[in-house]
Amino acid sequence: MHLDHDLDEKFPHRHTYSAAEPRRPDGTRRAVRIGLGGPVGSGKTATVAALCRALRDELSIAVVTNDIYTREDAEFLLREAVLPPERITAVETGACPHTAIRDDISANLEAVEDLEDTLSTGKGGPLDLILVESGGDNLTATFSKGLVDFQIFVIDVAGGDDIPRKGGPGVTTADLLVINKTDLAPYVGSDLEGMARDAKAQRGELPVAFTAIKSENGVAPVADWVRERLAEWTAGPA
Amino acid sequence: MSRAALLVLADGRFPAGGHAHSGGAEAAVAAGRITDAATLEAFCRGRLHTAGLVAAGLAAAAAGGCDPLALDDAADARTPVPALRTVARKLGRQMMRAARATWPSPELDALAAARPKGAHQPVVLGLAARSAGLAPEDAAYAVVYETVSGPATAVVRLLSLDPFDATAVLARLASDLDGVVAEAVAAAEHVPREGIGALPARSAPLLDITAQQHAAWPVRLFAS
Repeated sequence: MHLDHDLDEKFPHRHTYSAAEPRRPDGTRRAVRIGLGGPVGSGKTATVAALCRALRDELSIAVVTNDIYTREDAEFLLREAVLPPERITAVETGACPHTAIRDDISANLEAVEDLEDTLSTGKGGPLDLILVESGGDNLTATFSKGLVDFQIFVIDVAGGDDIPRKGGPGVTTADLLVINKTDLAPYVGSDLEGMARDAKAQRGELPVAFTAIKSENGVAPVADWVRERLAEWTAGPA
Repeated sequence: MSRAALLVLADGRFPAGGHAHSGGAEAAVAAGRITDAATLEAFCRGRLHTAGLVAAGLAAAAAGGCDPLALDDAADARTPVPALRTVARKLGRQMMRAARATWPSPELDALAAARPKGAHQPVVLGLAARSAGLAPEDAAYAVVYETVSGPATAVVRLLSLDPFDATAVLARLASDLDGVVAEAVAAAEHVPREGIGALPARSAPLLDITAQQHAAWPVRLFAS
């Protein structure tokens, strides 16, 4: 209930600055925003890079990275040339990556808006997809619904096969849980079936993708999920 | 006016981007000028009486109804280094987003339209205070508190300084904050008759120089 609904009537645009508003000022549906979070080293940046490579020929994509104390993630994506430099923006997070994606999303919203503005008229047409990558954080880090429409939580088998059992907001509530580096499972003694069982217990019907992102076409299950979300988004009311 | 609205505006959790900035503390820590609670206090006192006073004057004038675009120019003139102008406009844009959602007003809309990439943060904060029904004095308080609480919070993270010691530093600065607010509000009251030149124009050259250097660091925890 809005107690200040008189202000909503006088200033209807007051709520149009976050992901809650699905339309651009011109009335068309804006790009879908997908957040990628997860612990340090689980493969978030590798997933973003692989998604860009898999989808860049069919979609107009941009990326926002949230590095904790460097520009390494943005620079990795630039070096790998997964997208032209004007499609990659880095946000600085002041030692608190979860604050920038959840509690105070203002810097990330600005990065997203600037990408929409500068790329809307350029080559490739308006943006279809914006990936927002969190800085590596802990199991409680989730994205605000004011910033993204869907979120992916990336963990890996080498980080301990008890993580799905431990749960936490990232594991239990993300729209997609990616369990990466399955190719390492035999070497680190991780029980993939147990992880799948624990994930199912924590997440119910929410999907889980087992991946080896760095292997040939390893990102395919995530890319397919993104295509489905985009189709769902685009089909929403104009 | 509502005193509670001031608490909302001055809360460090107000989602306007401040958490990613150290107010020059990161550079001062790296240079060995802040090493403990005593040096943090000296740093905060210096920042308060220079950059803090200037920002408080701008915010008080904006809250009092002075032309925000003229104040924005005045802020540029009082911010000699490009790095700090960029930071001030970036934070101003973030403050604008939060303010328009919390206390929407035609004046905020007009400034946002005139400065889509952001006006200086103290000017936006002053206008936000005005939209919230707060007085110039309230806006100045929000600014001076942020001037010292930003570096104190950052130093807790940078030096693993005891958070109780850092908070005690803020408490010891309280009477300094009162004094700077009084000076800023008095100056802002002169603006309608004497023009923008009545606002304080102090500077801290070392803060300016190190801010410009800090902006070029390849590895840093804070954006400024």
